[in-house]
Amino acid sequence: MQEIDDNSGRASSWFFAGMRGILSLPALILMTSYIGFSAFALEAGLTRWQAVFMTLSIWALPAQMILVGSMLSGAHIAASFLAVTLSSIRMMPMVASIMPEMRTSRTPVWLLLFVSHFIAITSWVFALQNLRKVPKEHRLAYFSGFCVTLTLTNSVLVGIGYGLVSSFPPIIAGALFMLTPVYFLSSIWRSAQQTVVRIAFIIGVVMGPVMAYLAPGFDLLYAGIGGGTVAYLIDRRRRRSLAHPAGGAA
Amino acid sequence: MIDGWWTYVVIIVAGFVATDFWRWLGVLFGNRLREDSEALYWVKAVATALVMAVTAKLIVFPTGTLAASPLWLRLAAAGIGFAVFLATGRRIAVGVLVPIAILVVGLWWIGF
Repeated sequence: MQEIDDNSGRASSWFFAGMRGILSLPALILMTSYIGFSAFALEAGLTRWQAVFMTLSIWALPAQMILVGSMLSGAHIAASFLAVTLSSIRMMPMVASIMPEMRTSRTPVWLLLFVSHFIAITSWVFALQNLRKVPKEHRLAYFSGFCVTLTLTNSVLVGIGYGLVSSFPPIIAGALFMLTPVYFLSSIWRSAQQTVVRIAFIIGVVMGPVMAYLAPGFDLLYAGIGGGTVAYLIDRRRRRSLAHPAGGAA
Repeated sequence: MIDGWWTYVVIIVAGFVATDFWRWLGVLFGNRLREDSEALYWVKAVATALVMAVTAKLIVFPTGTLAASPLWLRLAAAGIGFAVFLATGRRIAVGVLVPIAILVVGLWWIGF
């Protein structure tokens, strides 16, 4: 990336620099997942505009799948709300963890609230990988360029893809579905700078399925808050024993 | 499936509000976190554990077409793929293409 002056007028250059992230591997993988969503929405009986509106307004693929599934089963709106909101709790620590890197003392809160709508797993990983390369005062413009473009592009794709691909051959559909999780596995491991993130990674991978089996519905709470806290405590102990190699004080 | 306007109400209330509520809380909470504070370590750990739990569930309990594929094949594809990714200098393209190749060959082999 070329060097750009720190002048305030350069925010738009950083916005455009972020937009170019739309051509990256993670963005392309997400697009294939959203084409898959448009096929799922058609199958479930949503209209084209409902599928597009859902993508724009929710912008979280797991939440969208859960909401469609819950609407299909004829669930009460309160039950749908509960199922979706439980799956979306992860947004809070995800958004919170990148705020300190993105905001400056002059960043207005309303702007952060607006941009937060566009944060989902793909843009969170993008932030972990790329924000460090950008001067702090330009990070919000750069990140907004990426995540707003990503949301709009995928909403358009859902509209175009609706009805175009009603179904894939099973092997292709399976491979498309698998792209997202294996991409998260390698990209999040690679972007993990701190040991605490690697410990939490391993605990999350193990606890997610185990808790889904033992405590369906609340599994993400246990795996996330419980598993994350355990990872934090293990790491704190490790850091303290590094600081005091003689041992003793915990 | 459902009346048009009611579907939009459900999407706004049970989708948009149910999701963005947590994003807004994340902004308000994250604004009080200082870089390299202990609280930020904890928040990063919780966020990572949550995302990885969701990811692992996509592999172990998939929805849609993959639900009909054998669990051992999905675990082998993801596990061997991740091991190759670690052993070959952690390139993301390797971490994506190797598991997909194992999965596709495996599905073809069992006549999926």
